[in-house]
Amino acid sequence: MIELTRGYRFSASHRLHAPSLSEEENRELYGKCNNPFGHGHNYLLEVTARGPVNQETGTLLPVSSMDALVRQCVLSDFDMSNLNDSPAFSGARVPTTEILVEEIDRRLRQRWAEAFPGGGPWLHRVRVRETHNNSFQTSENHR
Amino acid sequence: MLITRRAEFSASHACYRSDWSEERNQQVYGASANPRGHGHNYVLEVTLEGEPDEVTGMVMDLKDLKQILETEVVQPFDHRFLNHEVPPFDRVIPTPENITIEIWKRLAPHFSGTGHKLHQVRLWETEDLYVDYRGEPA
Repeated sequence: MIELTRGYRFSASHRLHAPSLSEEENRELYGKCNNPFGHGHNYLLEVTARGPVNQETGTLLPVSSMDALVRQCVLSDFDMSNLNDSPAFSGARVPTTEILVEEIDRRLRQRWAEAFPGGGPWLHRVRVRETHNNSFQTSENHR
Repeated sequence: MLITRRAEFSASHACYRSDWSEERNQQVYGASANPRGHGHNYVLEVTLEGEPDEVTGMVMDLKDLKQILETEVVQPFDHRFLNHEVPPFDRVIPTPENITIEIWKRLAPHFSGTGHKLHQVRLWETEDLYVDYRGEPA
């Protein structure tokens, strides 16, 4: 078993504001992240696949297939966007990086089998680094 | 406790199987298939697991670990074309997966019977791609 991690960068803006809370509660809770005009980050997404090495190719997976999947499921929607405009963050779903990493994990999982038919590698871990000082990771999926 | 030591080497490689057609090589390895090769600044992170010694307060003397990485990996790999100059990559395709497993094989014997053990080998091929191997059957 081996793990391969690929990094992807995207830039997006967001505003943290929970609709069920008052203006004042939001200001207090989210502080500067509640700025009505929003603010942005250069996010780093790390996607980790785990599985056996294919003895014929010497690879865990075709990295180009992972790139295509991430482009399709994540980058095309989120890069250079305002996350609050995405249907993924409508209603009560505040675009915190916790909710963002869960959303990315869900999207990748949904299309994973199609991108990597016949089993083999599985989606092991998704991590999003919001700034150099904070990052958010889904639980590792040990099969 | 886990302790990690880092080392760097620069090398070229080609991911190419001579028993396959050009088309198949392109399909599987993409740009990496160019038989003339291309290079990377590889970054190696080697992690040991152990407890600090009661007298020295160290899991392992990092000078010794540095020397092992130097002898087993950096000296043989640095500024080499892996496929042509570093066995077993004359027969094993030097994908980042296979390079990571080979580094594990070279390092693991140094830590058997010591108070600590090799926990993980992480190899960064670029800033956006790394492989982790922990000795599980590949």
